[in-house]
This record gives sequence, C-alpha cells and structure tokens, in this order.
Amino acid sequence: MAKITFDGIEIEIPDGTTIMNAARTVGGSIVPPAMCYYTPLKGSGGKCRACLVKVTAGSTKDPRPMPKLVPSCITSVQDGMVVENTVNQQVLDVRKGIVEMLLINHPLDCPVCDQAGECDLQNFAFEHGVSTTRYTEERRTFDKIDIGPLIQLHMTRCILCYRCVYTANQIAGDRVHGVLGRGDAAEIGTYIENIIDQDFSGNVIDVCPVGALTDKTWRFKQRVWFTKPVNAHRDCPKCSGNVLLWYKGKDVLRVTARKDEYGEVKEWICNECRFEKKETSDWTIEGPAHIDRSSVISANHYELPVLNHSVVADLPESTQRELEKNPPLKLGS
Amino acid sequence: MGRKLLTEHINVEGIDTFEVYRKHGGYRSVEKALKTMTPDEVVEEVKKSGLRGRGGAGFPTGLKWSFLAKPEGVPRHLVCNADESEPGTFKDRQLMSKLPHLLIEGMITSSYALGANTSYIYIRGELLYVLRILEKAISEAYANGFLGKNILGSGYDLDLHVHPGGGAYICGEETALLESLEGKRGNPRNKPPFPAVQGLYARPTVVNNVESIAAVVPIINDGGDEYAKLGVGKSTGTKLFSACGHLNKPGIYEIELGVPVEEFIYSDEYCGGIWKGRELKAVVAGGSSVPILPKELILKTAAGEDRLMTYESLSDGGFVTGTMLGSGGFIAMDETTCIVRNTWSFSRFYHHESCGQCSPCREGTGWMEKVLHRLEHGHGHMEDIDLLVSVAKQIEGNTICPLGEAAAWPVAAAVRHFRDEFEWHVTHAKEAARPGAVYPGKAVLA
Repeated sequence: MAKITFDGIEIEIPDGTTIMNAARTVGGSIVPPAMCYYTPLKGSGGKCRACLVKVTAGSTKDPRPMPKLVPSCITSVQDGMVVENTVNQQVLDVRKGIVEMLLINHPLDCPVCDQAGECDLQNFAFEHGVSTTRYTEERRTFDKIDIGPLIQLHMTRCILCYRCVYTANQIAGDRVHGVLGRGDAAEIGTYIENIIDQDFSGNVIDVCPVGALTDKTWRFKQRVWFTKPVNAHRDCPKCSGNVLLWYKGKDVLRVTARKDEYGEVKEWICNECRFEKKETSDWTIEGPAHIDRSSVISANHYELPVLNHSVVADLPESTQRELEKNPPLKLGS
Repeated sequence: MGRKLLTEHINVEGIDTFEVYRKHGGYRSVEKALKTMTPDEVVEEVKKSGLRGRGGAGFPTGLKWSFLAKPEGVPRHLVCNADESEPGTFKDRQLMSKLPHLLIEGMITSSYALGANTSYIYIRGELLYVLRILEKAISEAYANGFLGKNILGSGYDLDLHVHPGGGAYICGEETALLESLEGKRGNPRNKPPFPAVQGLYARPTVVNNVESIAAVVPIINDGGDEYAKLGVGKSTGTKLFSACGHLNKPGIYEIELGVPVEEFIYSDEYCGGIWKGRELKAVVAGGSSVPILPKELILKTAAGEDRLMTYESLSDGGFVTGTMLGSGGFIAMDETTCIVRNTWSFSRFYHHESCGQCSPCREGTGWMEKVLHRLEHGHGHMEDIDLLVSVAKQIEGNTICPLGEAAAWPVAAAVRHFRDEFEWHVTHAKEAARPGAVYPGKAVLA
C-alpha cells in the first residue's frame, strides 16, 4: 500500500496504481480529465496530455519534485508522493493550452455531430478551455473514408487518442485499422480501404471520445439528450448482453455498452447486440439507467411506455390502451 | 590542430577494408577488452573517461551503462542510434561511411561491456549506401573472427545487425527507434520504463549514438584517464562538429572540446571565417533544435568570457543567453540571412516530422509553422510574435518525447534574440516578403 497526498487529500492505495486511478477512488472534481486513457485498454494513455499533474514530492525515499508535469494516467504512485492537480496554477494553465491545441484542428461542428452531449472533448473544453481562439489559420480536414456499413469514420473530428486502435487490437481481434501518416496529417485508416466488420468492432464507437467514429444505424436520428437510456440485457452467445438501450418514445434508436462515470465501458458488447437488436422485444428491460445530474441527457424526462410489455405482463390498463393506439414502430419503417 | 582520436586515419586509402584498418591499429580495443578486462572494468574505464553522449543530450555514457538492469536469464541489447537526421548534423554519416570498422569495433567492445550478445545498428533509411558499406564491413569482421561465436577464443558471442529505418526524424528518439526496430510504427514510448529496464523487445537495452560508441575505442586503447585529460572540465575528449552554413570551409572537424568558438569560426585551421568576407549574424551551435544565438552571445558569454566549444560553456546562461552543444551541428549564418525565414524553415521541418502522437506537438508544430509562414510572407500581425512564444511555451515540457522541445526552442530563441526583425516583418510587410529581403538592422531603420 502507498500513501499519497492528492490535492491535499490523503489517499491510501495499492502500489502500482496510477495517480489517475488513485484520484478516481476519491472522485469528484479533483479527478484529472482523460481524453486518451481508457482503463480497460492496455497501453492506452499518455498521449493527449490532458491529465498532466504536478508532482511536488516524488516519494518518501526521494522527496524531490518531478521536473516536468507528469501524465497522471500512466504514472504509478509512490509511497509519500504529493500530487497537485486543481490547486496548481501551472497545471491549470497547461490544461488550458491542451484544450486549445486539441481544438485548433477540430471542426467544432457540434450542432451536427452525433457525439454532442456525450462528448469528452466538449466536456473537457467546457470545463478547462477558454471561450475564444487565437487560431486563424485554415483547419485540417480529411475526406470521409468508408470503413463498412456499420461504422462511420470522420477523421476531421479525430483527436488521435489511439483508443480505437487499442480496442481493435485487444478486443476485436484481427486488427485491420491503425494510424497512417504522421504529425497533424496522421489519420486513422484501414490500409487499404478495408472494411471493419469483426464481431466486436462496434466497440470502437463507444471508446471514441469524440464524434470521429459513429454508429451508422444511429447517425442523425436524434440528439442524445432527446433519448433516454434504459438498462437491458439479453441472452447473447457472444457477449455479456448487458447493454444500454437509448429510447426516443417507443423506439430503440441506439444500443451501446454500459459505461461507468468516467465514460469507460464496463462490458464489451458484440455487433449483433449493438446493430441488429433494435426491438424492445429483443431485450429484457431492467429499468432506467442512472444519468448524472450534470449531464445534458438528464435534462429530459422519461416518457412511458418504455417498458417491454411482453416481459412485464401486467401493465396498467392506461398503458395497454396507449400501446394499442401507438404500437412500437419497427426501425426503418 | 589538436589531437584526433576518431578521424586520425580517415583519409587513408582503403581504410574501409578490414586489412587496412587492422594495419592502422584497428580492433586493438577488442583484443584488449576481451583478453585482459572484465565487462565491469570496461564500463569503469568509460566512466573514468567522462565521455558524454554525443547524440545531443550529453548524458554521461558510463553512467547510462551502469543503469542497465541485469536480471538473470534475460538477454540484453546494445543499439547504436545511427538515425542521424537533425538539420545541420552530418558527422555520423561521414564516420560510418569512411570508418565503418571503427563503429563495429566500438560496438563489439561496448556490447562486451554490457553483456549483450545481439546488437543492432539502426541506420537512417536515406543512408542506404552507408548501410551497404557497414554490411560489407560486418561480413569482413565475421570472416576474421571478430564477430560471431567465441570471438578471439574468449568465449564471448556477438551478432551484429544493421537495420535501416524508413526515414523518419522521430526514429532518432531512442524509444521510437526501439519501436521501429521491433517493426512497429515509430512512436516514442512513455517513460518510465526507461530502455535500460525495458527496451528492445522489453529487454534491458542501451541506446548510444554512433560517435559515443566510436569513442569507446580510443578510451579502451589508451585508458579512460588518458581520454579524460583531453577537453575542459566535464567536457572530456574530442568531438566531431559538422560545420555548415556561410563558412569558408564548412565540413566535419574533430576538435578537442574547449576550443573557443571564435577560433573555431575564424581560424584557418577550422572553418576559416565567414564566406565572401561578410559578417557573422547568428549561430545555431548544436543542430537545428538548439536555441539560436546572435553573434555577440555566441562569441562571448553574457558575463563577457570567451565561449568555448564545451557542453558547459555553450549552455552558460541557460536559455536566456546560452544554447546547447547538442549533436554538434554547427550552423553559421551571415548578415544576409533572414532569421524569420530561417526559423520558418526549421519549424516546417518539425511540423513535418512530428509523429502526431501527443497533442501539444502534433497541433503546436503545425500552428507555429503557419504563423511563421504568414509572418515571412507579409501577412503577419504584431500579436503573432507573442502568439509564437506562447505556443512554444505550451509545447515545451508537455510532450512525450523531446521533439516537442526541439520544435519549440528554436522558435522561442529566435523571437527572444531577434524580436526587432520579427517586428520589421510586420511593419515593413511588403518589403520583407520580397524574396531575398534582409532586415537592414536597427541602426539603419532609426
């Protein structure tokens, strides 16, 4: 066990834990933002530099401060370490700079982006950025690349966090995509024009912090804050089958994996669950999913009926009448 | 001219062949090390010599070697970084193409010291002809029993491979080099773990510059103490400088560390002064990534002392009035040089070579290049100058590898020392945008 001081809070944590995960055990606003780090993905982190923190004392053995800011997502704690995040002005200034850097080539097309409302970059910029830009040059753009019938790749929005690359490597197996090119011309690509259709490839959509990888069966259907997430499961031979169904009225518009409070997928789901099972009757409904009060998604209210009447037999009479009058629509009809 | 340790026989006919090299005292260090010394004694000798890494950072080589983790049963590796691609630096290419056996000899001795049985030379992809020279030399060394199994009957085995890169500047960064050598995309790794603990194929690895490894040969031949007698203070031995730019005699010079900069530029023994009888304007002393210094500061330190060609003297005054020795790429610029254009040119290089892994470098290098392009072409504003400094500051220290700093330092230093020239590019935009336009100087404008 190691004892560290994070923003003045003492945390006792097993050795080898990263500073980020130590902070997450406390939770709240002291947790450094993560744009590229993703706990379930081995090797992720250290790239976006959003989580840089100041280590003012390395350890009890060697209490010297670390000369540079360190990425909290990949730096392990040492006993006696003192870390400053929100209380250190240098850290906050650098973070402001990182927001600026991430945004200079981002199209800021949030009004037409499907990720808006659940976008890590939006949240990050809102919390740490400034409201003006000093960048007057032309932004970098990419042509859209076709990577199959299920997933849309829109490189212009990408912040090159590499999460999807690690997902493809570690989850989907049989990797067909990676990073091509270098510098600000680097892009996610399937060399050459391959289609991504492995069983678990849909998870790249969930891990994408921005709207660079989106679900083609959901694109432009609805803003996320008009849809309501409901926990559901099914008996799936490939994956755990524990998912979130996103309802608008009676329609399941989207199926995603369940995520924790830091936006990390709890259990990977297969493409069949994600793309093909879009009927309420395919699922056993568990109930509304918890949505953080600060999230824009909680701004709306749940509407009946979201219950699966084949599963829940004794619906109230009024609900049954309502159902007869407005039978659930089949997707695409 | 001072003593030459590496390039003494560089102009001997046929020195790239084994026989001629051997006749001129080649492979003595291998014999001495393998027959009379233990690996630890070799490391100790290098430590005593005070040799500092010749690749740019100047980290003591012996100390680096002693950091190498030595877990039981895990192979260790020595990797020679021959991915020399810094603008202004071209010493390793010459050393390898003329004296391939010197590098191989250094590799054998160093590998023996580190207990490595498989070593690699990672060479820049553009230097394919050098790769062929090295491969020929390696096959000669194999044929003469200096490589392979049981070298000189000592029971020590070593295999040496040359591997060409794909031509990326970033692969000169040691962890990116290792990634590339493993056959992956050349992205720098996050540190820690350092290569000394987890390097090539997750095994303990030492990565050294060509010149550092070559310098091991005279150190073992003559002894570390003898080597340490050369040079000044903590800058011991000799160093290759590749002088280029507006000089009468550009080229590669092996000098004993401690020669005054003024002597290096103006003496006929070395660069022979500025060409066409012009005035010196500025110098980039250690390859394009170190801060540029104006004439007054490169010849004398801020305290008025003579600046010497040593690690300490060149960095005297920090980055406010000093620079770095870096990799020894000495670029001199005469009075007709446009500093804004030159900075833009450097910046364009770093923009092109950024690997794109971490956000400050990926976005910042492109941003700086665009702003400098605008300034140079007469579309700049006064705010742009502060913007440059601010962007450089946002990159510096916040990136995974030192490329971010290498991109930020020259820009920050150019604005620091030549701010009036940047301002002239805004106030006299039309004039400055003309090809070949030169800042007339504060005195003329006033």
